[in-house]
This record gives sequence, C-alpha cells and structure tokens, in this order.
Amino acid sequence: MASSHQASGIQAGRLSSQDIVDNFGDLHPAYDAHEASVAADRCYFCYDAPCMTACPTSIDIPQFIREIQTGNPEAAARTILDQNILGGMCARVCPTETLCEEVCVRETAEGKPVEIGRLQRYATDALMAKGGHPFARAASTGKRVAVVGAGPAGLSAAHRLAMLGHEVVVHEVKGKSGGLNEFGIAAYKSTNDFAAREVSWLMQIGGISVKHGDGLGAGLTLDALKADFDAVFLSIGLAGVNALRAPGENKDGSRDAVEFIAELRQATDLSTLAVGRNVVVIGGGMTAVDAAVQSKLLGAENVTIAYRRGQDAMGASRFEQDLATSKGVKLMFNVMPVAVHGEGAASEIELEYTSIVDGKVSGTGETLRLAADQVFKAIGQTLEGQPEGLVLEARKIKVNDTGRTSVAEVWAGGDCASGGEDLTVTAVAEGRDAAMDIHSSLMG
Amino acid sequence: MADLTSEFLGIKSPNPFWLASAPPTDKEYNVRRAFEAGWGGVVWKTLGSEGPPVVNVNGPRYGAIFGADRRLLGLNNIELITDRPLEVNLEEITRVKKDYPDRAIIVSLMVPCEEQAWKDILPKVEATGADGIELNFGCPHGMAERGMGSAVGQVPEYIQMVTEWCKKYYSKPVIVKLTPNITDIRQPARAAKNGGADAVSLINTINSIVSVDLDIMAPNPTIGDKGTHGGYCGPAVKPIAMNMVAEIARDPQTHGLPISAIGGVTNWRDAAEFISLGAGNVQVCTAAMTYGFKVVEEMISGLSQWMDEKGHASIADFMGQAVPNVTDWQYLNLNYVAKAVINQDDCISCGRCFAACEDTSHQAIAMSEDRVFTVKDDECVACNLCVSVCPVENCITMEQVAPGQLDERTGEVVSEDYANWTTHPNNPSATAAE
Repeated sequence: MASSHQASGIQAGRLSSQDIVDNFGDLHPAYDAHEASVAADRCYFCYDAPCMTACPTSIDIPQFIREIQTGNPEAAARTILDQNILGGMCARVCPTETLCEEVCVRETAEGKPVEIGRLQRYATDALMAKGGHPFARAASTGKRVAVVGAGPAGLSAAHRLAMLGHEVVVHEVKGKSGGLNEFGIAAYKSTNDFAAREVSWLMQIGGISVKHGDGLGAGLTLDALKADFDAVFLSIGLAGVNALRAPGENKDGSRDAVEFIAELRQATDLSTLAVGRNVVVIGGGMTAVDAAVQSKLLGAENVTIAYRRGQDAMGASRFEQDLATSKGVKLMFNVMPVAVHGEGAASEIELEYTSIVDGKVSGTGETLRLAADQVFKAIGQTLEGQPEGLVLEARKIKVNDTGRTSVAEVWAGGDCASGGEDLTVTAVAEGRDAAMDIHSSLMG
Repeated sequence: MADLTSEFLGIKSPNPFWLASAPPTDKEYNVRRAFEAGWGGVVWKTLGSEGPPVVNVNGPRYGAIFGADRRLLGLNNIELITDRPLEVNLEEITRVKKDYPDRAIIVSLMVPCEEQAWKDILPKVEATGADGIELNFGCPHGMAERGMGSAVGQVPEYIQMVTEWCKKYYSKPVIVKLTPNITDIRQPARAAKNGGADAVSLINTINSIVSVDLDIMAPNPTIGDKGTHGGYCGPAVKPIAMNMVAEIARDPQTHGLPISAIGGVTNWRDAAEFISLGAGNVQVCTAAMTYGFKVVEEMISGLSQWMDEKGHASIADFMGQAVPNVTDWQYLNLNYVAKAVINQDDCISCGRCFAACEDTSHQAIAMSEDRVFTVKDDECVACNLCVSVCPVENCITMEQVAPGQLDERTGEVVSEDYANWTTHPNNPSATAAE
C-alpha cells in the first residue's frame, strides 16, 4: 500500500501512480489548431518587434506567428529553427515571461502578452510530427570540428557546423545527449521524452557523430583534440555544485538539487522515486523552483524554498515563483542555512534571518528551525574540469562575442562560457554564433 | 427616452430595424421568432411566380472572409429566391401579419419581366394584408441568368417599366431594391423614381468570388468541383452601400426619395450612419445570420442611448443630417491643415504607425532607440494612415492646425479662408477666386 503524505523520512509512493502521472503532465499543454489560430490573431506584427529583440536567438517572432496565422505552421517552424535549432525545447523551457512575452506590446496594452512560447511549440511540434528534417548539408568542406559536451550549446554548434558542410564529432561524457535539456529542467516542461526526441531529430542533418563516455579528463585532452581537429568547441556546462558551507550539509537526506532533478528526469516510473515528508530547498533560482515543485508533485507534505535575499532578487521569475506557490510550495525570503541537524540523517534545518547591508547578505543573529528530512542544495553550479591554459572571467571560460577563447582554434559557449544568462536559449545562440565564426575562420 | 418608432412610407414599425429579404425571412417560423426577438419588420424572402418553385443547390451556398479571431467580415451566397410554393408563403404571410399588426411585413418579389406575370401575382400579395412590396432587381447570381434579379436592375428602362406595372396593379407602397453591380447607382434610382416607386432599397449583394479552394482549384462555395460567383454582403460591403445611399440622397433628381438602407448593418452605429446619410430605416441580414436574432437588442439599446445623448427625440430628427456634408472632392477646403498627434500615454510602441508611414507614406514619424514614436510636423501631410493602422483606438488623432498658425511642412501660415481645387492655381480650369 502506498505510503501517505505524512509518512516520515524519504519515501517513495506518497501519491498514487495516477496522481503522479497527472501531476507531471505538460505545464502548458499543446495548442490545438483553433487555439493556435486565436492566439496568433492577437499578434500585431510590430515593427522591429520588441519580442524579437528580447529573444537571445533573435527569432523573427512576428514572421513565424504570421505564418501560423496564414495556415502554415511548418513554414513558421522553419523561421524558428533557422535561428534556433532547439526551438522545440526553448518553446517549452524559455522563461518567456522575462524575455519575448515580457516585452510584447499586448502585455503593455492589456497585461496579457501573445503566448509566443506556446505558438512556437505549436509550430515546431507540427514540423517535427511530419517527420524528416528541414535542413540539408552543404557540400563537404573536408574540415573536422570537435564539440565537447552535447548540451544545448554543443548541439546547436554541431548542427550549424554540419549544415555548413563540416564533419563534427561530439564528445559527451554522459551516456545520453541533451545536457540540461535531458538531465535538468522540470519534467513537466519536457514531457514524453521530448529532449531525446529532439536530439534524434536534430541528428538527422547528418555529419555528426557522438561519442558517449568521452570527456575532458575522461580520456580527452584539449591538446589532443586540437591536434586531431581543425577547431574545438567547448560546451562543458557547469559540472560543479556550490556547497552550503554549513555544518551537517552532508548528512543523509541532504543533497544537490541538480542530482535529484537528473534522477527524476531519468526515472522511468516516478512513483518509485523517494521524496521527503518535509523538504527544504536552499536557493532562489530555477533549479530551486524545479526541485521544490517536483518534490511537491511527488507528494512531499511540506516544501519550503529558503532564499537568503528578498523576493525581488530571486533568480527565478515571478511566474516561476507563482507556479511554486500555486503547487503549495512555501517561499521564505531573507533566511540562510546555518546548520543541518539530525541523528545520522537530516531531520531539521536551522536558518538564520538575514538583512542586506550594502548589497551583501549578513545574518541578524536570529534563527529558526524547520523540520527537514530532505534538504536540497540549489545555490548555483560552478565550472569544473575545464582544460588548463584557458583564461577565465568570473569563474567561467572567457570568450568574445563569437565564442573565441584565449586559445587559438578553441571556442566555447553555453553555461561554461562567460557572458549571457545560463539559459537554454542563450546556449543555443552561443553555439550557433560560435559555429558561424568557426566556419568563417576555417573557410577564410 | 428616444422614440425609435419608424414610419417608412406610412408603414409603422416599433423600430427602424427590419430583416432584409433573405434566408432569415423565408418562413413563418423564423419571422415569428424574429418579431418575438424585437425586430421592427421583415421583408419576406423573395417570392417567384406560381408553379413549381425554383430549386437550390444541394451543396454549400455560402462562402466567407474573416477578420482576426475569425470574425465574419464578408459573406457570399449562391442561394436563389424561395424554393417553397407560392401558396404556402402567401398563407404564412397572411397569418403572421394578422398576428403582428404592429410590425412591418414587406413582400419581396421576382417574376419574369412580363406584365402578365406581375398582374398575376400582385393581387395575391395584396390579399395577404402585407404592408408593401419590394421588387428584387438585385440578386446577381442564378436568377440573373434567367433574365431576372440584377439583369433587370442593370437596365434602367426595365426598372421603370416593371415599377410602373406594380404601381398599376398594387395599391400599397412599392420599394425598388437596387443592385450595386452597376457603375452609377443614380441611374437605376432615377428610373425607379420615374416609374413611380415609393422608395428604393439598397444595396443588394455584390457579385463576388470570396475564395478559391487551392486543393481542388475551384471557387468557394464549391459544388463538387465547380463554383460560381455569388452575392457578397456583410460588414465588408457597408462602405460601398453607404456611398450609394449618399449618392441617391444628394442627387437632385432623387433627393427626398425614401431609402431603406441595406449593406453590412451590424450594430446601432451602422444604422445611425445610414440614417444620417438619408435612409429612413435599415435592413439587416448578415448580422442576424452571424449572431442570431438577438443582435437587434443591442441595435435598439445602442441607438436609443445615442439618440438620448444627442438629444434626438425621433429618427426623423437626424435623418439625412450628414447629407449636406457629403460633397465632391473639388469642394474640399485645401486650406484646412491637420497633423497627427500620438498620445504617448496610450501608445503601446508596436511601431505599426512608423512602418506604415516610413515605408508607404510620408516618412513623417520618428522612432527613437527606446521605441518612442513621434510625429514630424514638418513632414506630416495628415494622411490618417497612422490612425488607420494603430491598434489602440484614439491613441493617434488628427489635430487641426488653427488658422494663423504655422504649417511646418509648407512653412506657410494657415489661412482662415476657404479655398478649394476649383480656384486653385494648379487647376488648369480654375476660376479666379471672388
């Protein structure tokens, strides 16, 4: 018999299988044709559209919406994918509320933007459902490019390079491609194995081979790659996780949120996944929200996000915050972890109230304790395992506008590289732009 | 509370909203329901001669064009006149008129262009007790191929001749319904008047192909693999209808001839506009076919509210008020100067005004880096395109540059004198200003 919300400790089966299936359904269900037509009709076809400027990949949004409006979702998809080959995933995971939809003039006019993300999904789904691949490779250039990391930046670069006629070898240390699309991101944003389906669709361009299990420090060196290939693109993400630096953070029940999310994303049956009765997530970004909401959806009784600054400073958008509270997650602001308590396993977390002095967080001395049989640490990821010799900037690989690193013939993009927000869409843009620069460098 | 009572050709109805001769008025069942819903009158769907009735196609009869959110803007049809026996229609008309003595019932007619055909049918119509007849000289499809409908309406001599027959064999008001499928609407209107018509009604539908099915390469509505031209109506035709109504209202030869206006009337404002252009009442079809009979409630409440606000006690108070202000281009005041003004508080920064002006007009709107749009008074010719494309009503307005002020575009002070093309120096046939 399934255990209930109230069962203490970290337990599987807090909810029925059906409840879990329902809970993890699509956050934004796909539009049907009628819904898409109504939504598309709201677009004003703005001049030099603000949505397009706000999109890190500069998708021509008014154009693709007009293509939907005129009954041509596949042409719309082509418009999207020309700029952003992972337009399908971005339609699902982009924080549109802080990008294109935030600046939509209908947000200004009526407080209700055109639902650009869902329209993008409608178009890309239509094209992918047709099967086949809309892009063809140029004649072979005879050049070979190595990509390290098969996340959004790496896949974007690989596809563009392959399209331009280069031969691409992607080295991915994990057993599956996709990066955070596959291992990060809340499950309700990428249902029905979409990340994997999108990767295999992308690979249809041809000219890309993927070597799983290959990573820097896991059989590969940058020098060897440089010797074997005409150019190297590094998209290794942020493999390290920041520590709380609070006593007890390594007790049983306390773990990194990214690890929990990855495990959840890879689970074939979510009802077998264990979660605590009282879950506390430390952090204020998207990872914190994803971990907290999914804990709640798995049946945790009490889920709290504890963030050390005020609400406005939270990395997660207001939409994500509201999503969390609508699912029953409690948001606490201006508290920071002091210690994780418990005999052996975690049972309580001690938090200290904070105030912001000159922009810096400082404890007020007042503390409180929350029941916590599970603590998720979501206070940021860090660059780890990068090759020697690359100049860093703000603890990331320093790159210029087109992704060039300090080392000749080596480019980098995505979360591991300096500049831009750590978003899928930004990674796609960086991968694409680096690919174009690699191309001109190789062909110049 | 304004009095919406309408008296058109002496025919009283509680309001000026009549249903036009069309599918909504094809039978007793609909007409009773229409009257219960509040319609002031109906023009019964066109009757033909005694004998086997016409037949309709058994495939689609309507095609449409749409605006945003699939709002129906234009409808076309290839339906013919009533396909029910004459006797059935006459019996129903008699019954309904008896039960609704306060509502107007007009009978639309279309029989061959032979005096005997009219002589046969008119006494039967008279016997129904209906308030008048409307001669269908308008339908552009099907019946026109048989020498009726618009085939008559396009020949002024026929209009006059048939109208004369009707006046001879029928004692009540005769309304002649005009086709817009001609070059000068004044000609058939004059012919109707000369034939003794009590009124004209217009417009009938416009010949049209609304769309082509690109899979089967045939016009819509498609019957099997073929389509035909049909009659176009709905909101999209209102501007054409209004111009034709105004032309008749201001033509010295037909000025004062009562007009029942038809063409895209969808709400109270449309009706008020037609009446201001000289119509005595309006006939509605597409709006009812799109939304059902209930739409008349908004027409009634809206017209009443507006009349109260304007202090019009009755329809006659504002009927034709706009006619004197409809003039020819040559008489427009060329010394009137306006400039577009963008209300920055209402602007949502879509930039459509900029795109329209920059690409297709006078390059008179500036766009700043942070998307603030402003009018360049030294370029603006007040064309009104920005107003027309702005999605926010009244965000952009045209403001007059008062006489005595500088027009930055021409560098000249705006004159307070009226001056039009007839006196303009660039006009080769100009006459010297007095």
